[in-house]
Amino acid sequence: MTITITGMRKRFGPTEVLRGIDLTVEKGELVALLGPSGSGKTTLLKIIAGLDWPDMGGLDVDGVNWLNLPAQDRRIGFVFQHYALFPHMKVRDNIAFGLTVRPRSQRPGRGVIAARVDELLHLLQIAHLGDRYPAQLSGGQRQRVALGRALAIEPTVLLLDEPFGALDAAIRRDLRNWLREVHGATGSTSIFVTHDQEEAFELADRVVIMGQGQIEQIGSADQIHDRPATPFVANFMGATVEIPVTMRAGRIEAAGIDATRLERRVLPDGPATLFLRPDDITPIADTQGCWTIETVASTGATLRIALKDGAGNRVETVLPRRAPEAAGLTPGTRTHLRPEAGSVFPGPRPATTPAPAAQAPAKENIR
Amino acid sequence: MIGAAAPIRARRVLPGFTLSLGTTLLYLVLVVLIPVLALILKGAEIGPERFWQIVTSPRTLAAFRITLTAAAIATVFNAVYGVLMAWVLVRYEFPGKRILDALMDVPFALPTAVAGLSLTALFSANGWFGQYLDAAGIQVVYTIWGIVLAMTFTSIPFVVRTVQPVLEDLDTTLEQAAMTLGARPWTIFARVVFPAILPAFLAGSTVAFARSLGEFGAVVFIAGNLPMKTEIASLLAYIRLEEYDYIGAAAIALVLLVFALVLLLVSNLLQIWAARYREVK
Repeated sequence: MTITITGMRKRFGPTEVLRGIDLTVEKGELVALLGPSGSGKTTLLKIIAGLDWPDMGGLDVDGVNWLNLPAQDRRIGFVFQHYALFPHMKVRDNIAFGLTVRPRSQRPGRGVIAARVDELLHLLQIAHLGDRYPAQLSGGQRQRVALGRALAIEPTVLLLDEPFGALDAAIRRDLRNWLREVHGATGSTSIFVTHDQEEAFELADRVVIMGQGQIEQIGSADQIHDRPATPFVANFMGATVEIPVTMRAGRIEAAGIDATRLERRVLPDGPATLFLRPDDITPIADTQGCWTIETVASTGATLRIALKDGAGNRVETVLPRRAPEAAGLTPGTRTHLRPEAGSVFPGPRPATTPAPAAQAPAKENIR
Repeated sequence: MIGAAAPIRARRVLPGFTLSLGTTLLYLVLVVLIPVLALILKGAEIGPERFWQIVTSPRTLAAFRITLTAAAIATVFNAVYGVLMAWVLVRYEFPGKRILDALMDVPFALPTAVAGLSLTALFSANGWFGQYLDAAGIQVVYTIWGIVLAMTFTSIPFVVRTVQPVLEDLDTTLEQAAMTLGARPWTIFARVVFPAILPAFLAGSTVAFARSLGEFGAVVFIAGNLPMKTEIASLLAYIRLEEYDYIGAAAIALVLLVFALVLLLVSNLLQIWAARYREVK
């Protein structure tokens, strides 16, 4: 099933949650919608499921306009964030639900349904739990049952809302691998929503980054990591350090910054903003440097160093404690900064980037 | 040296468990248990033969039959209406919703005699409704339908008020999940929503039924109280009392008490059954 979304818009009262979404998901693909909360990713998923409706836009699946179809007729498997298992039904009945509610003429026989449920219980590795109620299961087990219930109807599209959000880290990693296998085995088109980058990149063929109701970038882990398309993506991907710089003939220039390790950029001359990850910045001891080390904290493996320049700008860097550059970095040392990698966007610091924690002091400095 | 340590007990946030439990138990004994016990003792004085004779006399049997039938019909009405009303109050937003919600408590607040009087006035042959029903050949006042009406009125709130909070807490993603699995609205109600509200629904219906069995004030005005036709059990007990036939009154009251206790027992068993999946172990 190829899903084509065009010009989709949706507002809840005064808030625009979707501001023109265009996206195509190919047959058999596993796509992640990644973004902070409030980016509209769950709303988009619910619209595809038929549990919500857009104000404008199109939703075509293999040439059929799904906006004319009620949720019941879309034959989707939807896995809810908190599983939404029917509490009064045993695991077996939960999984069979989608088959037993079919109109009599399309309903498989009792034996066929039971066989299908058994098959799923095995696939999901929960064969021994068939006669339990959901209240008697752990989170990971409930997640498997929820997936089994969604798969029982042989869905054309599998949609998962924060599928591992409520689970422990270890179980999460387990289920992730296993979901990948299930996706491969069933060959269905799958879309899942997450705010966990690692999860998105590890699982998905393609990751769609959403911010404030728009698609910011679509790509693989490496593309998004190395070439963020917008300041929003750069910031979301961890480049929380923003340094105002000047572009001159494709080179980045700023006081106290050694930009030799950064490649040239095709950008017009003038003011720009450099986005850096704390662990991509190396402070180099330099008596002429305009950055002064304020504090150094060790986590054993890494050093977390806070620096400040004459104008009051603050920067935090992380570097391996045993790196040769780390020697002699003590509070009070003057340094310059050498970014190892980073991205530049034209114009002064954009106002729309998230991560308020990283911005709070910077905003004061601008005034 | 370590001495024999006193057992450490967790401190409660609010002290006074002994005092509060004592007070509530004393109150319960004085107000509920002693009267019930007195009734049972009074009944026991009668002796089984005499007791059986009283409760199986034709007039008493007729009174029980009328009371049970009317209460059963009233409960069916209120059960259906109660779920519908709770659904409307929980799931929809409309102007005047709060007023409607508050109106649900009127039957609780209104003296039942007042309710009986107003219903009689409305449905008597020259009342607002009665004149049209009378023309159509339907008589409500002084028939069992009058009794049903009075019982329905006074026990409306029970089902609404027990189902409403459960419906409010019901996770709507369950219904969404059922939708994505292809279930049509009626199937969703029957297989997902109703089982969830079933324990509350049973509890509310039983209380409504028990209340209808015992309803007195509203019924006596509208029923006409013809022996064998529209005379309810609690009225008959009252009549026996008026006749200084304490034994007769106690025997009838005892049967009503047994009805009530059996109802409570059945209701609790049904609720345990309906909520069986909630027990985690």
